[in-house]
Amino acid sequence: MKPNDVILKSVTQVAAVIILTFSIYLFMNGHHHPGGGFIGGLSMASAIVLLYLSFGIEKVRENIRVDFKKLAAIGVLIAIGTGMAGVVFGQPFLTQAFGYRDLPIFGTTELASALIFDTGVALAVIGTAVNIILSISEDR
Amino acid sequence: METLMVILVGILVSIGTYLILSKQLLRIVLGISIVGHAVNLLIITSGGLKTGSAPLLGEKAAGFTDAIPQALVLTAIVINFAVTAVVLVLCYRAYQSFGTDDMEQLRGDEHE
Amino acid sequence: MNNLLIAPIITPLLTGMVLIVFQKNVMLQRILSLVALVATIVISVLLMNQIRDGGIQSLQLGGWEAPYGISLVGDMFSALLLLAASIVSVCCLIYAFSSIGRKQEKLYFYPLFLFLIAGVNGSFLTGDLFNLYVCFELFLVASYVLITLGGAKRQLRESLKYIFTNIIASAFFLIGVAYLYSMTGTLNLAQLSIRIAEVGQDGLITTVSIVFLIVFAMKAGLLLFFWLPGSYSVPPTAIAAIFAALLTKVGIYAIFRMFTLIFYHEPQITHLFIGILAAITMILGGLGASGFSDLRKILTYNVIISVGFIMAGLVSFTSAGLTGSIYYLIHDILIKAIVFMIGGTIVHLTGTSNLKNISGLIRLHPQLGWMFFIAALSMVGIPPLSGFLGKVFTTQGVFEAGYYWLGVIGLVASLLILYSMIKLFMNAFWGETILSVEEEKGTTKGLLFPIALLTLASVALGFGAEAITGYVAQAAEELLNPNLYIQAVFE
Repeated sequence: MKPNDVILKSVTQVAAVIILTFSIYLFMNGHHHPGGGFIGGLSMASAIVLLYLSFGIEKVRENIRVDFKKLAAIGVLIAIGTGMAGVVFGQPFLTQAFGYRDLPIFGTTELASALIFDTGVALAVIGTAVNIILSISEDR
Repeated sequence: METLMVILVGILVSIGTYLILSKQLLRIVLGISIVGHAVNLLIITSGGLKTGSAPLLGEKAAGFTDAIPQALVLTAIVINFAVTAVVLVLCYRAYQSFGTDDMEQLRGDEHE
Repeated sequence: MNNLLIAPIITPLLTGMVLIVFQKNVMLQRILSLVALVATIVISVLLMNQIRDGGIQSLQLGGWEAPYGISLVGDMFSALLLLAASIVSVCCLIYAFSSIGRKQEKLYFYPLFLFLIAGVNGSFLTGDLFNLYVCFELFLVASYVLITLGGAKRQLRESLKYIFTNIIASAFFLIGVAYLYSMTGTLNLAQLSIRIAEVGQDGLITTVSIVFLIVFAMKAGLLLFFWLPGSYSVPPTAIAAIFAALLTKVGIYAIFRMFTLIFYHEPQITHLFIGILAAITMILGGLGASGFSDLRKILTYNVIISVGFIMAGLVSFTSAGLTGSIYYLIHDILIKAIVFMIGGTIVHLTGTSNLKNISGLIRLHPQLGWMFFIAALSMVGIPPLSGFLGKVFTTQGVFEAGYYWLGVIGLVASLLILYSMIKLFMNAFWGETILSVEEEKGTTKGLLFPIALLTLASVALGFGAEAITGYVAQAAEELLNPNLYIQAVFE
């Protein structure tokens, strides 16, 4: 018997968007303030898990066609890749660089290679967290 | 404050030990994760508690808290989380294929 | 600064991640993982030569200076272990190609194998206590999954015990880290060494050192080996071989590092304690090895004896003793992989691990039999095979330091090794040939090559001992002289 979960579904529709937005805020905020790739990725994973909970694994899988195992692997590859950039320029592994550029809309913005590293971390966290929940829940 | 935390750690470790020594698989897993949390608290306490404001660039404060235990504990929590996930899945598989979660019956054959 | 230090960790890790993306393509997985591990051998040889010419190498990740950032340090001891570990891992990988099975290959065997190697290499190279914990967890989590690969009932049952004991040991590791941090305010190994040398190793610090000793003794199988015989006899052969060759050795490495670099001020307490543990380990291991008549059990108890013997060199804390330990450690990494692979091949051929049901294999498989014979003699320490120098130097060092009882127990343990290995050889290879070629459960096709490769490496280590004498002597000197390590980190 399918449970009646109207409330969960309608709340999720709104809440998922809010959580996703907040996770991106946390992610971008992380350079100088509390936040960063790890916590941003984790909150994004929680939004995805919420979607899975309320709409069922099959339905979400139809709409988010991502293999989370591969996502995690690609995340780690990106993170290590930015570390390798330091090696290429003759610096120690994981050396990060930053600079200020004038961008069309944002004005003078600080661009840091740590952001790419954090993107990798976020992808790895999303992939791993969702994957753990899925592999526990799938098997009945 | 530190003394209180250490006492709390002691209580948690003893609860964890009690649970680990029981026979049911799920209790053992719970015990392990409680011991894990106790250890995390111990690490946080090891740097001293409430000695300054958050260790962030740009904050104007007289003193900053030691950031290293916080970084350590974050890593430890993540590793703990991953290991607990592995163990839970494994226990579930073991329960499925043996039909029991009693460690006494999972001892193995005597002469193997 | 030397970026080569990160390469032995990054190469397997990166390749493993790429392999997860290409999970379906088994051929590509095989080729890429082989390339990555061969590259690791090349890197470790390069690293060894750099260390020989330029002393201990270090790398501060991200350019953050030593006590604040993450340090990687490569001294000769870790480079030698790195080389031995990568040679063994290549051979185990080749063995796995034809033995592990198509289903397991698709179930992320190669990525997990590479993560295991990355974790082991990371533990050898890290210069920071917490990163040592992280690297330990990396290879332990990989081993948790590898040990259950295949999902047989016995594997599930034994793996649960393996995992529970290891998790509890890891919790104790973190407890030790927390204590040490609250006392010294640092986790960088070099700075820990300086600070403890400054304030002196009082009773509290010695107690913490015993906490670490318990943790690493659990991982190394030093006295706390109750989990080892069960869990090393259940996984597929290639995995059991890499476990026997590497996992306990990482624990041994950690004990060596901690008790030569940091807690070396009170040897009459800590080192004597290790000596007592080592003696009991050798006796119990010897009894187990000579008492059981199960092939896998005999081999796993031999792992335990060698752990005790390697520790004896550390206990003596003399130049000769440490030289012997390093020789024996390298020899043991190679030889344990060989005997586990041969044992696994025998089980694969006959379908049983009970010695009473195996007989006369040498008629049909002469290469296998003679390679086992060489390995057995080498383990006992017959000159000029590779175990000889290690045994001689260790025993010399132990006698020099006045631990006569430990030396005598070590020699008795060697006799027990001889007895158990010859028992295994006589039972399995000599006698009446029971099985004809048609009756055998499997073939040795593709399995003999990696064993032969390793046997060759082991024999070369024995006959060519002259060639590596300089390296081993340098490693022992660096272990006895913590200042060299400290200078390299804070250059």
